[in-house]
Amino acid sequence: MKPVRRVAGRVVPLDRENVDTDQIIPAHWLKRVERTGYAPGLFEAWRRDPSFVLNDARYAGAAILVAGPNFGSGSSREHAVWALQESGFSAVVSSRLADIFRSNALKNGLLAVEVAPDVARRLMDAATREPSTEVAIDVAARTVDAPGLHATFALDDHARRRLLEGLDDIALTLRHEADIAAHERSRPRWLPRAPRPGTADAVPSGERRRGGA
Amino acid sequence: MTPRTLSEKVWERHVVRRAEGEPDLLYVDLHLVHEVTSPQAFEALRLAGRRVRRPDLVLATADHNVPTSAATPADEISSRQLEAMTGNAREFGLTLFPMGSPGQGIVHVISPQLGMTLPGMTIVCGDSHTSTHGAFGALAFGIGTSEVEHVLATQTLWQRRPGTMAVTVEGDLARGVWAKDVILGIIARIGVSGGVGTVVEYRGSTIRALSMEGRMTVCNMSIEAGARAGMVAPDDVTYRYVEGRPRAPTGADWERALDEWRALATDDGARFDREVRVDARELRPYVSWGTNPAQTVTIDDAVPDPDAFDDPSRREAAARALRYMDLRPGMPVRDIAVDAVFLGSCTNARLEDLRVAAEVVRGRRVKRGIRALVVPGSMLVKAQAEREGLDRAFREAGFEWRDAGCSMCLGMNPDVLRPGERCASTSNRNFEGRQGPGGRTHLVSPAVAAATAIAGHFALPDEL
Repeated sequence: MKPVRRVAGRVVPLDRENVDTDQIIPAHWLKRVERTGYAPGLFEAWRRDPSFVLNDARYAGAAILVAGPNFGSGSSREHAVWALQESGFSAVVSSRLADIFRSNALKNGLLAVEVAPDVARRLMDAATREPSTEVAIDVAARTVDAPGLHATFALDDHARRRLLEGLDDIALTLRHEADIAAHERSRPRWLPRAPRPGTADAVPSGERRRGGA
Repeated sequence: MTPRTLSEKVWERHVVRRAEGEPDLLYVDLHLVHEVTSPQAFEALRLAGRRVRRPDLVLATADHNVPTSAATPADEISSRQLEAMTGNAREFGLTLFPMGSPGQGIVHVISPQLGMTLPGMTIVCGDSHTSTHGAFGALAFGIGTSEVEHVLATQTLWQRRPGTMAVTVEGDLARGVWAKDVILGIIARIGVSGGVGTVVEYRGSTIRALSMEGRMTVCNMSIEAGARAGMVAPDDVTYRYVEGRPRAPTGADWERALDEWRALATDDGARFDREVRVDARELRPYVSWGTNPAQTVTIDDAVPDPDAFDDPSRREAAARALRYMDLRPGMPVRDIAVDAVFLGSCTNARLEDLRVAAEVVRGRRVKRGIRALVVPGSMLVKAQAEREGLDRAFREAGFEWRDAGCSMCLGMNPDVLRPGERCASTSNRNFEGRQGPGGRTHLVSPAVAAATAIAGHFALPDEL
């Protein structure tokens, strides 16, 4: 992951609540095995409406998406994050982000920022009134700045450091290999293991004698 | 010792590392994998030269994308994804139930059937409906593809400790009210973001009286309230379901496991961050009218008037939803006619669901012009249903009887609604375009779906 220290640019105001990931990237786009190629699917259905905000040329090239509360709800598809990034977005701001979406975004260096509801509203209104409004988000300082607005946001130290340094999560975790191995030795031996490949189909035959499946 | 909740106990038992200012590093007991959210994770492992740490704790299947009949083969891109799953399982030494295997099915249906889902475990999957497994008292939640890669490589996850929420449902359910109605009623009360940041524990006499299938239906839709996970404390209902399953412990191990599981229940005096109480007698069969799972009313109600919502953004969302759904305010729910009926998904495609629905349609005919589909949750469910003759009841009524998969729940395979089509669906999401671009979804229980297929409009079995 590339380090993310600061995101600055214009803002697209998506003034809807509960925008689910099925809207961000519809399921038929999820058949791909690649990490790229999702930009054409971003808000595919909504973009058919000429009045949809992403079709407004004044917002072309914006770096930040400001959305209503509970943005990214529903499906865990990380493709939603990939589609936003590929479409030029470096940050998403909302008064409330869905848990899995927020986690997916931060893993990919898409700056997912939760601000107070009145801050989200003021950003939304400013960008709606004046599409050329510039907003800056600073990861180290945990601040959002716009003309006449200065606000802070919460971001735990761990996530902040990962963003600033662009750290690879897996490499970080493997530094704790000894802890992982110790936990593994303490696990009860009756915990289930997957049937071995090749034998898998034979296993569920025990199901036959049951009334329920 | 401080009294603790069920979710806190399971969490604590899986902490590998805890340090100030960091999320906890949690151990994952079972990683469920399917073809759609995993290929990019395997590719990243390959590029970094990494292996899967514990192939024995990974169970893979093909479900989202698979065709459910020979008449509707997979398209080329889907086939490539299914082949990638098979290739990745072989390369990394994982157990896979591929399309065509008798063990194949929706990942959240097959793991409990195998006895891989047990109380007290941590279970993750690149799928938001992983919350299903919480019905056993496991801590189970959905993750994204980057986290799938992380779990494959390390068998752990960095997680911030979630909040706790108790939803207590007390009382007997009225005739015709099912687990699906319990969870739709809960979501109607707490909203689609009511559970964000928390693990919900479902408690109370109503929950205790549910079968494991019913509890899975309830926990499955926890994510539709925004919750990280949903859980039910294990009890005798759980142990009876688990005992004798192929991968469940046996003999002395079974006794040891029982001792551990009995200690999992939330301690008396433990505190939840938020508590909600629901009176089961207020619950009725629900039908969603909008484009999120909180936009529901009971089948006795009418489509609401957006102007009746005080909150301006709710009002606008309702008006938008009605436009998309092509519904008029004040229209009685029972007057809404449907074009399609879908009985399936990880919410409602287990044997119990199919039995209830088959009983309703037996000896009756699907209303002319309605496309009705039954997609069993797994090939084992399908086989058992056929032994019981449920398939005959469905077929003779005019339902299509399909192979297992996610199918029309999310429209990744050829089972999709056409634009403008209206569907009574036992699935979990009524989002715009969820069952196919332009399709209109109404969430209902299997009993209402079956009755609706016969009547042609929303109906209860007793009204046929």
